[in-house]
Amino acid sequence: MLEILGKTNIDFMGLRRYSFVFSGVLTVIGLIALVQIGRGAANLGIDFAGGTAVQLKFEQPMPVEQARQSLIAHGLAGVELQEFLADNKLLVRVKAQTTIEERVAEKVLEAFTQDFAENPFLVDSSYEIGPSIGEKLQKDALIAIGISMLGIILYVAARFEFRFGVAAAIATFHDVFAVLGVFYLLDKEISLLLVTALLTLAGYSLTDTVVVFDRIRENLKLRRREPLEVLINNAVNQVLSRTVVVSLTVILVLIPLTLAGGEVLHDFSLALLLGVIVGTYSSVFVASPLLILWKGTPGKLLRRR
Amino acid sequence: MKPVAGRLVLLSVMVALSLALFLPSTPLFSSMPDWWKNNLPSKGMTLGLDLQGGIHLVLEVEAERAIEIKLDRDLSNLTDLFVEKALKVDRVARTGPTEITVTLTDPATKEAVLTLAEEHFPALSGRSSGELALLLSLKPDEAERLKKAAVGQALETVRNRIDQFGVAEPLLQQQGLRQIVVQLPGVKDPARAKALIKNTALLEFKLLDEDHQVSRALPDLVPLGKEEDVLREFGPQIPPDDEILFERRVDKDTGRVTKQPYLIKKRVALTGDVLTDARVSLGEFQNAYVSINFDNTGAKLFERLTAENVKKRMAIILDHTVYSAPVIQERISGGRAQITGSFSMDEANDLAIVLRAGALPAPVKIIQDLTVGPSLGRDSIEKGIRSTMIAGALVILFMAIYYRLSGVIADFALLLNLLCLVAVLIGMNATLTLPGIAGIILTIGMGVDSNVLIFERIREELRMGKPVRPAVDAGYDKALLTIVDSHVTTLITGLALFLFGTGPIKGFAVTLCLGITINLFTALVGTKVIFDLLNRRGRLERLSI
Repeated sequence: MLEILGKTNIDFMGLRRYSFVFSGVLTVIGLIALVQIGRGAANLGIDFAGGTAVQLKFEQPMPVEQARQSLIAHGLAGVELQEFLADNKLLVRVKAQTTIEERVAEKVLEAFTQDFAENPFLVDSSYEIGPSIGEKLQKDALIAIGISMLGIILYVAARFEFRFGVAAAIATFHDVFAVLGVFYLLDKEISLLLVTALLTLAGYSLTDTVVVFDRIRENLKLRRREPLEVLINNAVNQVLSRTVVVSLTVILVLIPLTLAGGEVLHDFSLALLLGVIVGTYSSVFVASPLLILWKGTPGKLLRRR
Repeated sequence: MKPVAGRLVLLSVMVALSLALFLPSTPLFSSMPDWWKNNLPSKGMTLGLDLQGGIHLVLEVEAERAIEIKLDRDLSNLTDLFVEKALKVDRVARTGPTEITVTLTDPATKEAVLTLAEEHFPALSGRSSGELALLLSLKPDEAERLKKAAVGQALETVRNRIDQFGVAEPLLQQQGLRQIVVQLPGVKDPARAKALIKNTALLEFKLLDEDHQVSRALPDLVPLGKEEDVLREFGPQIPPDDEILFERRVDKDTGRVTKQPYLIKKRVALTGDVLTDARVSLGEFQNAYVSINFDNTGAKLFERLTAENVKKRMAIILDHTVYSAPVIQERISGGRAQITGSFSMDEANDLAIVLRAGALPAPVKIIQDLTVGPSLGRDSIEKGIRSTMIAGALVILFMAIYYRLSGVIADFALLLNLLCLVAVLIGMNATLTLPGIAGIILTIGMGVDSNVLIFERIREELRMGKPVRPAVDAGYDKALLTIVDSHVTTLITGLALFLFGTGPIKGFAVTLCLGITINLFTALVGTKVIFDLLNRRGRLERLSI
């Protein structure tokens, strides 16, 4: 039998002082990121902020500074440029306050055709999104997140106990906020695709938590006399090899996607990669200790034979 | 233990069905026998715009404008009606978005005017507003009906135009109250397609006001971009019933664009809704023009219009741009006319299309425009598929090394899972997008998770000294609850995303929900049946796990 981890007996619950501090910091960064997004101070993608994004593929390398000068000369001052050196690609973004009626995308193309006639280009993609659509997408995304969180709390509460549901939801929020915070610190774009990734990792992290909780529930029924802290610790240790193996395989899937999935999949996979790591950590170090913190009255799990 | 045979049959049927749906998407399909192609589904996977390139537009119909346009037309008809019935009024004007005010010359005619207006225009309700004024306002339910009809008609018109433009498998649908979603996969000239959709194509014939002093004072040609200056200079002097519109002129040799201003009477003499046909023709100097045919009413109106205005100039106006302003030489009967102007063959073609398809009932605004070039699409799909293959290979290898034979069984389940997922997507006629690929990848992860849960449980049981068969059965039993719980929670997320998400989120949710459901089946039935098959007689002493 090939084993990464044999039988372990690590005192995870004893480490909760440190893990709570660490998680607190992560969550606070995430909350700051959320506030900044709400204020519009974060790097919002044009699908949320509204605006124009044009990606061009040039035949020869296109120096960013020259491109910027040309765009400014054509009356496009507030542009953001990002280059993909590997294949001479340039991403031009102009955020909100502009409407499609102003034909920003056309102006961008005009500028490059006129000023760099010797370096022809193809239009890879061109996105123009009116501010009203951006607001609607933002609202829809928030509703989707809210509903799924509520559904999860209710399900876990029904299958386990109410405090299990709350603990699972807290751990899940923790993971989402942690990744959001990291993306904010890295100044990555907050786009619809990132929201999809965050929701995916919420699902993943929840699965992880549910697996641990399941074992805790099983043990609660079998060994009723054991102190709660010992019981939870045992449960975590019992499922640890599964937790690690699964996380490893998912990481194994995500690494090629992050490195070779192309520019569209890159941020998505990066978010998931971070999410898997944080999610694995949180089901062991956040969700389970929360059950010790909030003992509550013995619920139906403890009463039932 | 349940009998193996039933489950084996179920599994084989699933594999066969999936293969039948999946094979047409592979290059193998062309070499498959004819009876297959004729009798079994032959449609492969539809690729989303992000993978094959194309345009995704969201249009917003400015439905309020449809009301204004309708009122303007009523106003013009009302004026004609008063002339016809010899009722003297001072002025008829639109004084609000849904109101027309009639100013009378004699209070005694008020009753007659009101009756006449309400009789001929049932959508309007009139009331007196002051001694010499009558207010005709559009009934609110009529306004609502007009707005709704405008969106429906706009959708129909855009569909007609796209059909005539020739796009394979366009998708058009109404979204909410005012919006229309247009998807055009694989369009080569996005700018042209957008112009074709967006142009209101309101064709109007209006007379020039040549007698007014402004008309003589207007400059002949104005450089592009200087139109505002002209409007500012002459604006205050323009009579209230006139307006300045421009004609676009292209110099044949230099390609330089200039604008010629005209002073034009606001009153619409004839509109394009009386057209029956529009065709492109070539003139003697190989210049393209569009010849139009009127229907019976249109032909009569056009004949009267030309007869009454011989030697005067008439402007042919499309979407507030003058195309040409010829002098009417003689009465034109027969219901035919020509629109000339400086346009290329493509432009003439598109003009004919929009004229045939009819005008939009109101202007549309593009509020979202996503265009993906074909090269990026190809790039994305190549990279997406390649990285998915690498990821898949790594996982398969890992499982086989870590769990030996059992790992290989799990790998088989994974492949089965993928095959079924793709087959169901094809069967449902779903469109594969990039987030969809991401959803498939996540399904691989979930599939691995189920198997790891089961195998770790079996290992635990084996460690406790149980023989193979009870250990396997107990492993499956105990893992079952966990697997169901974890799948249902993820399914809840997926469903919420599907119901409330839009665009890419929805595409992701579809693959995720389907993947999880299929996964639940393959993990619990697919692998178990193989274990049971291996250990049919219960004599297996060691399990390779």
